[in-house]
Amino acid sequence: MDYENAEKILEVKHLKQYFNVGKPDEVRAVDDISFDIYRGETFGLVGESGSGKTTTGRAIIHLYEPTDGEILFNGKNVDTFTSAADHREFRQDMQMIFQDPYASLNPRMKVKDIVAEGIDINHLAKDDADRSKRVEDLLETVGLNKDHSSRYPHEFSGGQRQRIGIARALAVDPKFVIADEPISALDVSIQAQVVNLMKKLQREQGLTYLFIAHDLSMVKYISDRIGVMHYGRMLEIADSDEIYAHPLHDYTKSLLSAVPVPDPEFERTRQEIAYDGSQENDGKSRHMVEISPRHWVRAADDEIAMYTRRAHEASLIKD
Amino acid sequence: MDNDKNILEVRDLQVNFKTYAGDVKAIRNVSFDLRKGETLAIVGESGSGKSVTTRTIMGLNANNADIASGTIKYKGEDLLKKSEADMEKIRGQDIAEIFQDPMTSLDPTMKIGRQIAEPLIIHKGMKKEKALAQALEMMKLVGITDAENRINDYPHQFSGGMRQRIVIAIALINYPEILIADEPTTALDVTIQAQILNLMKELQDKISTSIIFITHDLGVVAGMADRVAVMYAGKIVEYGTVDEIFYNPKHPYTWGLLSSMPTLDTGGDELPSIPGTPPDLLDPPKGDAFAARNAYALKIDTEKEPPFFKVSDTHYAATWLLHPDAPKVTPPEQIVERQKKYAAMHKELLAQQRTQGPVEEEEEKQ
Repeated sequence: MDYENAEKILEVKHLKQYFNVGKPDEVRAVDDISFDIYRGETFGLVGESGSGKTTTGRAIIHLYEPTDGEILFNGKNVDTFTSAADHREFRQDMQMIFQDPYASLNPRMKVKDIVAEGIDINHLAKDDADRSKRVEDLLETVGLNKDHSSRYPHEFSGGQRQRIGIARALAVDPKFVIADEPISALDVSIQAQVVNLMKKLQREQGLTYLFIAHDLSMVKYISDRIGVMHYGRMLEIADSDEIYAHPLHDYTKSLLSAVPVPDPEFERTRQEIAYDGSQENDGKSRHMVEISPRHWVRAADDEIAMYTRRAHEASLIKD
Repeated sequence: MDNDKNILEVRDLQVNFKTYAGDVKAIRNVSFDLRKGETLAIVGESGSGKSVTTRTIMGLNANNADIASGTIKYKGEDLLKKSEADMEKIRGQDIAEIFQDPMTSLDPTMKIGRQIAEPLIIHKGMKKEKALAQALEMMKLVGITDAENRINDYPHQFSGGMRQRIVIAIALINYPEILIADEPTTALDVTIQAQILNLMKELQDKISTSIIFITHDLGVVAGMADRVAVMYAGKIVEYGTVDEIFYNPKHPYTWGLLSSMPTLDTGGDELPSIPGTPPDLLDPPKGDAFAARNAYALKIDTEKEPPFFKVSDTHYAATWLLHPDAPKVTPPEQIVERQKKYAAMHKELLAQQRTQGPVEEEEEKQ
C-alpha cells in the first residue's frame, strides 16, 4: 500500500456506542475510538470477545445510531443525510459479509433471489434476463457454478455458503465491505480458499475491507493495517507486519504471546505475557498518539516518553 | 509397540449412520492406541470423523449409528460389548469428556458446586457434604477464583473461560484414566485459551490422565500433543509423534493442512489452499479418498486404497507416495522448510547423544 498518496474512504472520529444509556446496566461497548481507513486497503480489527469490534463494524454500517462521535464515509457524515438518494448510495457502497454462513442466508429463498435482492432493491437490472445474467456472473466470480442459482442454501457446504454471502455483498458493486469474522465458522482448508477469494476480489475490483476477526494469524495475513481493541477502546494501530514484530502496547504484546503457533519447538518455549487491564482505568486521560510513522498507541501524556523509548529500541524511529 | 502401556486400543472400527439417503460411512477402519499419560491429538476437518470416534468410545452415539465392526479395548475389556448400565459407570469415572461449548454443556438451573459434585454422588455414592467439599477443592485446582463464595452460583454468572473451567472440573472430579477433550477451547479467546491449555497440561502432570484431544487448530496441537493422528474422510491417514507430523509430514493432506494455515510469518498474495471439498461419505470414493483434491495424486490413488507405510517406528502414513516405486515429489515450499528444521534438530540430537557417550546408548537399546 502506498500511504503517501492514499485517500481516506472512512474516518471514524471519537465514536461512542453505548447501550441502555442512563440505566444501571449501561454498557459502553465502544468508548471513544478514532481511526481512518484508506481506499483500497484491508484494515484488520482484532480483540477478544466483548472488546467491541463487532459493535464498531455495525456502527459503521449504521445498524446502530452512534451515541456520540461521527463517522465520515467518502468525507460525508451519514447522520446528516436527508435525501433518500444519499442513503441509497451509502447502502450500495457499503456492504457486509457475516460470520455465520448458516444463519445469514434465508433458507426459504433460492440462491439467485438471495444474491439478487440488492439488485432488485436498487433497480440495477434492466429486465429479468439482465438480472439472471448478473447473478450468474456473480456466482462465477466467487467460484460457484452458475447452475447453482436455482438451488436453496441448505444444499451447500459452509464454504460455498460463505461464497454466496460474498456474491450477495458484491451484487450492488460496493466500494467498502465489512467482513465480520467471515471465516471463523469454516474449516482450515476452506478458510484459505475464502481468504484467497477475498484477496482476488480486492485486486480486481479495488475493494476496501474492514476485516474483523479473532484469529490473529489470519488477520495478519490478509490485513495491511491492524487495530487492536480491548474493552471498547482502540489501544494500538499500526501496519500489520510492524504490529506483530514490534508491538508497543502491553496488551498487544500479551495478546500476541497467547497465539498458538503450529510449530512444536516454538510451543515448548513459548512464554505468555500477562496483562493487567486495570492500568487502563487509573483515571488518566488517554488519546491516540502517533509514536512512529503510522504507528498509533493510546497513551496518557506521561506515557508518551515510554512508548517513544520502546519504539526507539525497536528502531521504528530513525534519528 | 508396548502393549501393556496402552490404556486404550481401538481396532478396525467402522461406524455407519443410517439415513434416508443410505448409510453414511462416518468411520472407515480406524485403529489407534492411547498410552498411559500421553496426549493424543486427532486433527481433521469437520466431518472427518474425529468426534464420532470419541463418541463411539464414550458410547454416546446417536440412535441411528451402527457399529459395523471393530473393538475398543479399555483395560483388556471391549467397551463395545458393554451394556448401557456398565457404560454409565465407566463414563464420568474412568473416561470423561470435556465438551466443546461451555455455554450449552452445563445445566443452567443447577448450582455449579452441585454440578461438579454430581459425579461423586452418583458414581462413588458419596455423601453430599463430603462431595461438595471435594468439589470445592477441585474448583480451586482448576483456578476458579473466590471458590468458597462462588460454589452456590449458577453457570450464567460466570464468563466463558470460567465456565470451561467448571466443565473441566466436572470431568476431572473422579480422576478419570482417560479424558476426551473435544475442541475444548474453540469457543474461547486466545488469552483464555492459553490459560485453559496450561491448566490441562498442569492437571495432566498432577493426576497422570491420558488425553485424547480433538481440534482443528494445528497451533493448539503443536503445544499440547505428544502424538498426532490426522483424519480424513473417516480414516486416519497419518500418525506419528508431534515432531514427526509437524516437521516431517508425509501425507499430502497433512501437507495441505499445515500450509493452508498462515503463521505469523506467512506473506505473499495467495495462501496455499486445498481445492474442493471433502467427499460425500454416503458413497466414499474408490481408492484414496483424498485423491480428487490432491495435486500429488498418482494413477493408483483412484484405483486402490493406500495401506500404511512405515516412516519410522512411531510414524506411519497411508499414501502411495511412500511406495518404493512411487515417483519422487517435492512437497510444498512450507513443508520443505519444516523438513529442513527437522533435519537440523535431528543432527543436534545425534551430536548430543554422541557426546553423552555409549552408556546412554545401551540403555536406549533396551
